[in-house]
Amino acid sequence: MSDNTIQSPLPGTFYRKSAPDQPPYKEVGDTVSVGDTIGLIEVMKSFHEIQADKAGTIAAFLVANEDAVTAGQSIVELKM
Amino acid sequence: MSISSILIANRGEIAVRIIRASQELGISTIQVYSDADKDSLPVKMADQAVNIGPPQPLESYLNQDKIIQVALDSGADAIHPGYGFLSENCSFADKVTKAGLKFIGPKGETISQLGDKVVARKLAEQSGLPTVPGSNGLVESVEMAKSILKEFDFPVLIKATAGGGGRGIRTVNDWEEFERLFPVASLEAKTFFGDGGLFVEKYLPRPRHIEVQVLGDGENTIHVFDRECSLQRRRQKIWEEAPASPLNDAIRNTICKKARDFAHMVGYCGAGTVEFLYDETTEEFYFLEMNTRIQVEHPVTEMITGIDLVREGISIANGKKINIKQNDIAIKGHAIECRINAEDPRNNFLPQPGHVEKLRFPSGPGVRFDTMLYAGYNIPPFYDSLLGKLIVWDENRTSCIERMKRALIELEISGIETTKTIHQALIDDPQVRQGDVYTSFLDDWLVNGKFT
Repeated sequence: MSDNTIQSPLPGTFYRKSAPDQPPYKEVGDTVSVGDTIGLIEVMKSFHEIQADKAGTIAAFLVANEDAVTAGQSIVELKM
Repeated sequence: MSISSILIANRGEIAVRIIRASQELGISTIQVYSDADKDSLPVKMADQAVNIGPPQPLESYLNQDKIIQVALDSGADAIHPGYGFLSENCSFADKVTKAGLKFIGPKGETISQLGDKVVARKLAEQSGLPTVPGSNGLVESVEMAKSILKEFDFPVLIKATAGGGGRGIRTVNDWEEFERLFPVASLEAKTFFGDGGLFVEKYLPRPRHIEVQVLGDGENTIHVFDRECSLQRRRQKIWEEAPASPLNDAIRNTICKKARDFAHMVGYCGAGTVEFLYDETTEEFYFLEMNTRIQVEHPVTEMITGIDLVREGISIANGKKINIKQNDIAIKGHAIECRINAEDPRNNFLPQPGHVEKLRFPSGPGVRFDTMLYAGYNIPPFYDSLLGKLIVWDENRTSCIERMKRALIELEISGIETTKTIHQALIDDPQVRQGDVYTSFLDDWLVNGKFT
């Protein structure tokens, strides 16, 4: 697992937006500070924010909206 | 034509429960499953198992056309929806029937009527059931609310007409809050339930949740007595009992008969539950909603009456008339159910998907554990957190509590945290022991640091 990724702490379904009619939390090219919310994980019908544990610029989303993820899976790749 | 094969459009412990009932009736079972449930217990137990797609419910357990196609291809005669998922979806019920299959539950039309909370309230009033004082119809704007609600003291509840099961409800304390939250609630209802319609009800301070089990075959309707489900966390039941301890015989008689009359009036087919709020101080009860499906907590009723509600539901769908007479149904003893969820009560109920290492199931006199767990099972993160239901019967409530306490000690699940620990704390609480609880008791109890 590389150092320049943000991982999901929980397994579940990944969402890039807080609700279907809302814009995504972050887009490719956006800058990210520690503590910023980059997405949600739905686990057992409850929603948990994924917060950045490092700062940088988003190079890529490694997981598509509404994809299933495992705990520890990399979600976002950052340019540091 | 009688049912010889049932497709189970659900998962988890209720799928296991339906397979058991089917096996006892000599009916073969087809279990549909998502990629995440390939190794699940119902898949192992059913006569046939068919993969229906990815883990996300919309692509598998909620995929109506796919499920119906699998039923037709596999030669099923009927579909059992269990609870949740498609169980209260009227268009699914209609589609199943149109495909020439039997839907194990009421008619689509009944589901549609009772699923609309405003319509259900009106029907309840028509049958003589009291409802919580409120708007008696949709409230379309804050101005309209102001003209209707003058006589009510705050707080009030704003409810989604398409909601239910404790979802789509907001407590509002004054007009300022009402004006702010009304549009938000409408948008939320539109997003979550596909219908932004709202209505308003008076907030009852310390109600108890009482419900009545009914069975109908379209001609005959019977009640199978009452349950109490006041122990809830964030409006989700966690501990249920039968019979409801606050009711005396006269009130029990009234509430059960009125619930039965209501179900009869709507021509109810199958197993259903009429839910009420009960104000102990005034001994008044108010209709809340009717759930048009088998409920999670149905076993406590089975334990005190000896009636197998899942088998009865299948038999009714099979076109058989109910052959149980109301006068032959009696309450014997007391039953309690504790829901064992994959949640960590010591960490804000954080979901606990993961690997179950060791398991020890409780047993002995009066103990039943309905579960989909087995040692080595991997609990997937995509579905609700219910792992099993520990159900205990005894001669009376006091001894039932002691028996539950003993059974909880016997239950061992290692590898993940569960709600077993909160039940062990609740069972020693003096108010719980006395049965002195109300619907927000558990939330208050947690806020007051009673669980550490």
